[in-house]
Amino acid sequence: MTLNTEQVIINIGPQHPSTHGVFRMRVTFDGEVIIDMEPVFGYLHRGIEKLAEHKTYVQNIPFTDRLDYLAAMSNNFAYVLAVEKLAGIEVPERAEYIRIIMAELMRISSHLMGVGFFLNDMGAFMTPVLYMLREREKILDLFEMACGQRLTYNYMRFGGVSHDIPGEFMPALKRFIDEMPGYIDEYDQLIAENEIVLARTKGIGILSADQAINASTAGPVLRATGVKWDLRKADPYSIYDRFDFDVPTGTNGDNYDRYRMKIEEMKQSVRIVKQAMEQLPQGEICTRVSPTFKPPKGEAYGRVEGPKGELGFFIVSDGSAKPYRFKVRPPALLNLTVLREMIIGWKLADAIVTFGSIDICMGEVDR
Amino acid sequence: MTKPLSGSDIAQQIGDQFPDAVTDSNETAVFVRSEALLDVAGFLKESLDLNYLNNITAVDYTDYFELTYLFTSLASNHSLVIKTRCEERDNPRVPSVVSLWQGADFQEREIYDLLGISFDGHPNMKRIFLWDGFQGYPLRKDFIIDVPGGGKATKQGVNDA
Repeated sequence: MTLNTEQVIINIGPQHPSTHGVFRMRVTFDGEVIIDMEPVFGYLHRGIEKLAEHKTYVQNIPFTDRLDYLAAMSNNFAYVLAVEKLAGIEVPERAEYIRIIMAELMRISSHLMGVGFFLNDMGAFMTPVLYMLREREKILDLFEMACGQRLTYNYMRFGGVSHDIPGEFMPALKRFIDEMPGYIDEYDQLIAENEIVLARTKGIGILSADQAINASTAGPVLRATGVKWDLRKADPYSIYDRFDFDVPTGTNGDNYDRYRMKIEEMKQSVRIVKQAMEQLPQGEICTRVSPTFKPPKGEAYGRVEGPKGELGFFIVSDGSAKPYRFKVRPPALLNLTVLREMIIGWKLADAIVTFGSIDICMGEVDR
Repeated sequence: MTKPLSGSDIAQQIGDQFPDAVTDSNETAVFVRSEALLDVAGFLKESLDLNYLNNITAVDYTDYFELTYLFTSLASNHSLVIKTRCEERDNPRVPSVVSLWQGADFQEREIYDLLGISFDGHPNMKRIFLWDGFQGYPLRKDFIIDVPGGGKATKQGVNDA
């Protein structure tokens, strides 16, 4: 006797706890096995690129906070770099160092969230993420000291940063940086060798290096496949060439490697912040730039190695006080290109874990 | 440091292979006729090892659309900017590079969605962010939006009311 079977299409999301916002997957199953997946975007599309054409350059800095809201400092950084490149604005030494400290703290914070919610997706519900929120809280306290905000910082300016760091900042930062390696070891004790974590992540959602490069993935997703590509080393912007740090790479490109990348990168970020603290000079924190300044006609592409990958801003100026075109290169959206290939042949529960391991933020995907 | 390749040098290399493909070139970019884009991109991908597509940006200059492609070679660490123009406004069409770089998939769909440029040969050419019944293409300069705080957006940007 033969059984009649037919394919089933299931909608996952947009309202689903493991979609990190409002992402929707239309997944086609043959029995329990995934045979096709179509991502559906746009539930958080706010038209930021269009709105930005109607605001002055300075007014657009807060918009960038609202792209990847878990890494707002990095977004600020990439945007001001693009405009500084366009207008040829110099940045004082001290501001460069403050920016690096903030960007690396942001990377730690974003990776903490990435790893925490990744474990959440795997079923380690809320316990690991609570430990990670504990450390993220300390980073947010540091940001609050520096700029008064905890989520959308609006901290960087063309030619520097908005406020100098207050007196209590450095002791608190030193405390945090001294404690952080211990916390990372604690996470490793809890999860790195956990049998369930290994069973759910090792060898699942494999991405080959060729595929990762061809699909323009970046950040931990690319490096987990063994490609040593980090813009901080490959194309050093700001003053990253002054710091000594390693670029961790994976070997298999599976979920486990993507998770390990984030842990290893946090350790490297701690190293960078430590060096930046020691070298931090005194001096000016910002070149004065008029709020309605007009960069010369032209275009510029500024990019940073954000927590999720290459984060770029392509700015076209027509010589007026508002950008003619404001284009974001969103790492999270491009990393999702390969999600389909990664989950085909696996089961639903693996798809959720694989999706979590990519670590996206819908604010940036949809814009 | 990533070394940006000079557009003029590359233009010569392309010219040897595809005589009338290049329309212009300068130190920062090569301008290619849109019909020849796929051939030229495929040729450069092989000869210069441009295995990584960083970014595609489309800009509406009201007379024409300009597409800017930024490619990088991860092995040799050099990059190249290729630009192409599309003068047609009612039904602009440009060849898709998805067959060469899968990373172009969502970026081309996004450009189609927001600027209305169709990419020939794209496997799934439909809107990505906006819904199917949406009228118009928001990032075109003639798409008018109400600006909070007064002022209307026009072709040239915002006229303060």
